[in-house]
Amino acid sequence: MKDLSKVNNPYNDEKVISQCSIFGMMNTSGELVSGVPIITAIRNMHERGNGLGGGFAIYGCYPDRPDDYCLQIMFNTLVSREETENYLERFFHIHHSEEIPTCPLDAIKNPPDVWRYFVHPKMEEMHEVISEDDVVTRRVMRINTHLESAYVFSSGKNMGVFKGVGFPEEIADYFCLEQYKGYIWTAHGRFPTNTQGWWGGAHPFSQLDWTVVHNGEISSYGANRRFLEMYDYICTMHTDTEVIAYAVDLLARKHGLPIETVMDIFSPPVWEQIDRMGPDEKKYFNMLRSTYGSLLLNGPFAIIVAHHGEMVAHTDRIRLRPMVAGIKGDMVYASSEESAIRLVSKELDRVWIPTGGHPVIARLKVDEKHDVIVGGKELPGTTVMEAD
Amino acid sequence: MSTAAARERRAESRGQERKTRGKKIYSPGEWIKINTRGVHHKDLNREIRALAERGARKFELRKVYGQRYIGTNLWGTERDKIKIRVYGTPGSDMGAFMDGPEIEVFGNAQDATGNTMNCGKIIIHGSAGDVLGYGMRGGEIYVRGNVGYRVGIHMKEYMDKVPTIVIGGTMQDFFGEYMAGGRIIVLNKFFEGNPPIRQSYFIGTGMHGGNIFVRGDVEAHQIGAEVGMEEPTDAEWKIIEKYVGNYCKAFGLEARQAKLLRREKFRRLSAKSTRPYGRHYAY
Repeated sequence: MKDLSKVNNPYNDEKVISQCSIFGMMNTSGELVSGVPIITAIRNMHERGNGLGGGFAIYGCYPDRPDDYCLQIMFNTLVSREETENYLERFFHIHHSEEIPTCPLDAIKNPPDVWRYFVHPKMEEMHEVISEDDVVTRRVMRINTHLESAYVFSSGKNMGVFKGVGFPEEIADYFCLEQYKGYIWTAHGRFPTNTQGWWGGAHPFSQLDWTVVHNGEISSYGANRRFLEMYDYICTMHTDTEVIAYAVDLLARKHGLPIETVMDIFSPPVWEQIDRMGPDEKKYFNMLRSTYGSLLLNGPFAIIVAHHGEMVAHTDRIRLRPMVAGIKGDMVYASSEESAIRLVSKELDRVWIPTGGHPVIARLKVDEKHDVIVGGKELPGTTVMEAD
Repeated sequence: MSTAAARERRAESRGQERKTRGKKIYSPGEWIKINTRGVHHKDLNREIRALAERGARKFELRKVYGQRYIGTNLWGTERDKIKIRVYGTPGSDMGAFMDGPEIEVFGNAQDATGNTMNCGKIIIHGSAGDVLGYGMRGGEIYVRGNVGYRVGIHMKEYMDKVPTIVIGGTMQDFFGEYMAGGRIIVLNKFFEGNPPIRQSYFIGTGMHGGNIFVRGDVEAHQIGAEVGMEEPTDAEWKIIEKYVGNYCKAFGLEARQAKLLRREKFRRLSAKSTRPYGRHYAY
């Protein structure tokens, strides 16, 4: 295992408690849009962070290489890059590699090198029946756990995570994000309160093309982590949010559960409420809570989970962290604060505060018939904010 | 006013004289327009305070996008009131610790509006987020739309200082949790002509004072174990009528519409005991 003493707090606590700003936007027609609005929005919530972490996930940003896995990796030393590149050459076909362009800023102190590699795993060397996704997952875990000072920011196709220590708007400037386009963007401004901020500890957290930005604290981190370790997910970033990324990967990709069910596992109703439900619903929640009880996320959280084709805004069941959703035409927004949405979209078809524990799901329109733009159960109690 | 407070006020006015020397003095009737776009909340609130020290009493804030603590560091009495109109979306903690001014929001408010507010009035033409009126100790809040989770928790009252919240729409869970005083009236979309909605759980959990008046049925499983449910008394109904009248006035509704409100449709939720945990931790 790596020595994390340099990047962790002196007490070696295993999680970070944070109070942050999150913002997500998706064009449900799949049109690639500029990141200027999301940078403006997250800058408007500057007050929520403290400059110890900011980051963005962009989907659809590498349209020239849509079928390659894009590994975005940070290196603290030149040696670590050489070592990692040797590892990559051994296990991947590297189609293209480059240093991610940056614009040096005074605000960004002592940045690591961040490179991206467009790769395919060497499947011909695998002596077992295994999917490409699983091979990539395994290799990423290996880099994160065994290679010195190298951490994989993201490993999905046609997407990337850009993050670091600084306010999110500074990170956006540093990575020149106004030059990228994507159909889903998520962003995070961090306020770590328990351990120091470090580049790998910034959000979004990612596994393949799943990303998570998170405001809150996962009190159940220990239980969740132990459960995930049984499925070979090894937590290396030493923050609570990491477990959400792995849990989504396990439940949605490996176990093939619909995202609504994944969110029901994360924040199921309390037993008392389940007792009052009809027989079908009762059976459903009983089943989820007994099978995946260890993946119930306890504690306050508001998260935006994304992967290709879907963006999900979700909170804990009693909404201990804020979340506001808005729609204008094809654009769906999710934000910690309503003001940030209003700043980037002067007119809105609808703005509302989702009920705690009930996700807002934005999906890519497949055709006119399957125009599932926003799912999630809207309860009568949903706080609908009047649009203009 | 106690002598200490009077001394403080005199000291304050002396300070004001020093600060305003040689600067323009505003007339209290003048509406001062401030475009707040891109202005940090510290600068904005400092500016409002400085203008108020120079006599300004009426402010119109335009293009507000999330500036926090609006109305916090001001003062005001019945005869000398500071009024603030907010266009846009004010930030969290609007009117936090507020002591006198009147704020009117033409839009939605975010979280923690009226946090520990002491005196004054907040009128919100849209909806409000979570934790509205947290620890409120006096003053009035009127919300035309809906409110989020944990509204009115830890509200308290003392003698003639009875904080009051009137909500036109609906509420979410943990409404009036640990409430120790004050009153909240929920109209459940009466003025929109809607039937009341049954919703929200853990209402009044840990409540040991104050009253919640809800239009419509509330089931026993929706309320905390410490909460009793009854019909409002004659005296309480008079209070409800008074504040619904204020609500109509605030939002330009005809007062005769309020006459259609039926007392028997209301439930009063109040503490069964003033010390629900008296024997909980110590014997």
